[in-house]
This record gives sequence, C-alpha cells and structure tokens, in this order.
Amino acid sequence: MIRYLGRRLLQAIPLLLFVSAAVFFLINIVPGGPTAAYENNPRLTSEDIARIEAELGLNQPIYVRYLRWLGAVAHADWGYSLVTKRPVLVEIGERFPNTLYLIGIQYLVTLAIAVPAGTLSAVRRYSVFDHATTTVAFMGQSIPIFWFGLILIIVFHVTLRSPLTGLPLLPAGGMYTIGEPFSLADRIRHLILPVAMLTLANCAAIVRYVRASMIEVLHADYIRTARSKGASGRRVIWSHALKNAALPVVTIVALDLPVLFGGALFTETIFSWPGMGRLFYDSALRFDYALLMSIVMITAVLIVASNLAADVGYAYLDPRIRYG
Amino acid sequence: MTARPSPAAALDPALAAADVPAARRRHRSAARMAWNRFRRHRMALAGLAVVAAFALASAAPRLASPYDPQSSDLDHRLAAPTWAHPMGTDDLGRDLLTRILYGGRISLTIGVAAMALAVTLGTAVGAAAGFYGRWVDNALMRLTDLVLSFPQLFVLIVLALVLRNVSLPALRTGAASVLPIVLVIAVTSWMPVARLVRATFLSLREATFVEAARGLGVRNGRIIARHVLPNSLGPIIVAATLRVASSIITESGLSFLGFGVQPPTPTWGNMLNAAQDQMTSAPWTAIYPGLMIFLTVIAINYIGDGLRDALDPHHAR
Repeated sequence: MIRYLGRRLLQAIPLLLFVSAAVFFLINIVPGGPTAAYENNPRLTSEDIARIEAELGLNQPIYVRYLRWLGAVAHADWGYSLVTKRPVLVEIGERFPNTLYLIGIQYLVTLAIAVPAGTLSAVRRYSVFDHATTTVAFMGQSIPIFWFGLILIIVFHVTLRSPLTGLPLLPAGGMYTIGEPFSLADRIRHLILPVAMLTLANCAAIVRYVRASMIEVLHADYIRTARSKGASGRRVIWSHALKNAALPVVTIVALDLPVLFGGALFTETIFSWPGMGRLFYDSALRFDYALLMSIVMITAVLIVASNLAADVGYAYLDPRIRYG
Repeated sequence: MTARPSPAAALDPALAAADVPAARRRHRSAARMAWNRFRRHRMALAGLAVVAAFALASAAPRLASPYDPQSSDLDHRLAAPTWAHPMGTDDLGRDLLTRILYGGRISLTIGVAAMALAVTLGTAVGAAAGFYGRWVDNALMRLTDLVLSFPQLFVLIVLALVLRNVSLPALRTGAASVLPIVLVIAVTSWMPVARLVRATFLSLREATFVEAARGLGVRNGRIIARHVLPNSLGPIIVAATLRVASSIITESGLSFLGFGVQPPTPTWGNMLNAAQDQMTSAPWTAIYPGLMIFLTVIAINYIGDGLRDALDPHHAR
C-alpha cells in the first residue's frame, strides 16, 4: 500500500511539472507577454514598458523565466497581482476559503438528495418515481448552469417578494448583507440561490451514477446471500448494497472536480461570490497574468490530488483491487 | 449476416440483384436495423424533430422573421413580448427572435464544427494508442491524462484570451471570431473520445477477423481503416452526438462570460451576457436565449440516447 502510494505520488510530479510548463508558456506567448495589460495605457510610452519588462526580468529567454518562476513558486513566492499589487498568494488565500465553503455546502446538499434518490430509483426500477428521477436528472444535465442561475434570480429575486417587507425574497449576490452584524439567517439566505445553482448539475450527474451503480450491485451474489439469511429488505439495501454501490461513486465525485470548479466559476460570477472563480474571472478581464497562472496551477494541483486520493481510497476500500 | 439472401432481399428484387456488392447490401440492412431501433425511442425522434426545426429556421432566418438582427428600433427598447416581437426586444430595440435565429446559426455551427474537430482528434489519438499499444499507448495516454488534469473552463478562458491576442486582427471580431472558439473547444474536449476509441480498439485488436487480416499480410493502416474503425463506429457516433451538445453549452458559457464570440455577432451565450444587466426590467432577454440552449441541448442528448439504443444493443439502461 505504501509503495503504491509512493509510486502514484512520484507519477504526479512530472504531470504537475508539465501542467506548470504548459500554463506558463501559454500565458507568455501573448504578444507583449504579461505586459499586454499595459499596452492600452496612454500614459505609458514604449520605453516605460521596456523598463518594466527589464525590471520584471521579462527580457530574458522564456525557459530562463520559466525556471526562475518555478524556483520562486517552490519558495512560496507566486508574484504580485498587476492590478492590486498585492501578493498572489494573499489574494488567493482570502478567496479560497469562500469557494471551499460554497462547494462544501453544495456537496452536503447534493449527497443528501442524490444518494437516497438514486438508491430508491434503482430499487424501484421502472416505477413512476424512477422515471421521474431519471427524467429530471436528464434535464438537469442538459440545462446550461449559468442560465439556470439567471432564472433563479428572475424567480426568487425579481419576481417573488417577501410578504412581510415587500423586499426581494432572496438576495442575488454576495455572501452576507454588507454593513450588518453577523447573522446566521442572513448567511443562509445568501447561500440558497448559489447552492441551488451548483447543486442542480452536480446532483443530476451523481443521481445517475448512484442509480447505475446500485442496479449493478443489487444483482450481486452477496445481496442474494444477505436476503436468504433473512436480513430485512431495508437493511440489505441501505447497509449491504449502498456500501458497495458507493465505491465507484467516490471515484466519480473526484473525477468530476474540474466540472465542479467550472460550475463554481459561473456561480461566483453570477452571484458576486468572493471566491476563486470570481477572482479568476476578474483577473481574466484585466489579464492579470500572475493571478491567472496561479489559479490554474492551484486548481490543477487540486484535480491531480483528488484523482490520486480517489484511486488510493478506492484501492484501500475495495480489497479486490491489487496495487499493481 | 450469412450468404443466404435476407428476407428483405427475397421480397425486393432490386436488393437481390447480383450487381449489388454483398458488403453494401449488408451495410444497408445494418443501417436499416439501427433506424428501426432508433424509431422506437420516442424522445429521440422528438429531439430529432426539434433540432431539425431549429437548424432549418436558423439556416433561413429571413423566412422566419422580417427583421434584421442588427437594426435597432430605439422607440421599442426592451419591449415585452407582443405579436410583432414574439420574444420581445433587447436594449437597442432589436427583435429578440431574429437575433436568436441568427445566434442559433452561430451556436449550432460552432457545436458541429467543434465536435468534428474534437472527434477527429480524439479518434486519431485513441486509435493510435489502442492499436499500436506499448510506448505509443503509454505516451498518448499520459498526454490525455495531462490535458484532463487541467480545469477545463479555466484553460478555455486562458486559451480564448491568448488566441484573441495572438490571432490576426481579422479574427478578433464578428463572425470570424468563431474560428478561434471552435479550435479552443476542440482542443479541450477530445480526451473522452480518445479514451473511448482506445478502449474499443484495444478489444478489437485481438479479434479474430483482425488476426485474419494480419495473417493475410494487410498493412496496419488498412486494417485500421477497413476493419477496426468501421466496427467501433457505433460508440464513436454516440459520443460525437453528445459532444455537439456539450460544445454548444461550452460555447454559450464562454460567450456568456464575455470570452467567446464577440458582439454585435449574436450567439445565445453573448445574448445572455447582455441580458444580465436587464434582468429586473426585461427578464425575457434572459429567458429566451437560454431556453433555446436548453431545448437544443436536451434534444441532442435524447438523440444520443436513442442512437445508443440503436447502435449498441448490448448497452443496458
């Protein structure tokens, strides 16, 4: 097990090096490179830009710059935002917990809906409930998530009003009401729409995986054994079957992480949620290259790490898998 | 598929005619069987009808709408839907339905073009990896893993920004700005196709008929083109269909964020982007373009579902 883990970790290193190189070269092939953001500034002459480039070391060959960047990154020096002039790691450090908070709560809601719905759907295959669930999941996977967000705003912010105050039923942006003391109710009200938006697509995918995985497991011999030993139907399904059906779903949850990050980018942009996705969007608008590179790098590391965790976790949980 | 004439051939003298090559006759009946299975999937048929209707309407928008997509009517800005403007007007008084038809042209074209490019790329990579195996497989699958470990939407945005800055000025605005978008979507979405094709090639490589061809001295390129590829076409067609839907979503998402096709060229995505500022005063500007994306995507997904049933009878639902 330790050896397997070690080998997987070693394999992840070249992968991440390639990712970093790809991201670095991509950003730096833009004409004018990282200083492209200054190009439209009328107060800067071309001499000024040349001076800035020399200051930032941009007049050196690209591979030298890459190696220097890599070295700096290894020493936790990720550069400065072109716009705010603050260290990139500080900027990201402020935003990252907010994304984690949003995604975390979204996962709780998703699992609370998807696991029971997918399981029931599999157990009562071809019933009305099953048909309704699969149809809704199919639609959920076809809805453009950003449009769903806009519809949520139109319904719950523009159209529906609170019967008491006449104000919009739910807020359409931010994490809390600015200028008011902390209140749990206010936090929750701000969470409802973004979480609903993120949950829809993710939930639809996971319901389908749980259902498919559960259908497969219900045909297994050990389920028949459990039944013949006299275990109650409910116990067989929720204890024996679900435990095994959850295994492949764990992998899927990890593999879907890039999609989830994409969803978070849309959600945070639409609902002005001060997370990493919103930070990335703002940086892209201003071509703040240090932030762009860093956010892509960090999300890539998270994706590689979660794939690794899923593989290792799967190997650990399922004794049939050899650490080949 | 034996030498015996099929019942259809017995009834139809044209099919039984000796000058029809046996291979073609067999091909035709396989397609007929697939169509018969597809026809039984009601939602897939409905999807086909919806997509065909949208494609026709956006191919000839002049027939469906009297307005010009760019001409503004400042007296009727943000007008609610009426008979004259069934979907209302936008902030410049342009007819929304007309812009949706012209936008559909761009969105559908990008969906199909990006799919074609991604499927070609994915099939090439997957075929080489699955057929040649060993170090070719190893290298290509590492490459696939590499691209898969990027956060797709983030890289899409960076690529779109880079291409917009690198590419010729002529490609930056208007309808020509579609080209970089197609490229960017294809480059970030070929990986699932590559994995799928690799898997089918791996299993077919050991099939008896491939061994027979190899024993007869057929060259590798010909074995792939004539024996392996035609037999893995079913899953590729299904994946290609679903890829059109996801390419449409990707394009509209990118354009929604403002990094895709640039206005004034309308696409469903950048119409939604513009609508964001008017959601209180004119919610219809946000409802209809997205509804079109949703309907198109779900229709294509149902077609894909039907095709899977038709082309891959072993697939359990």
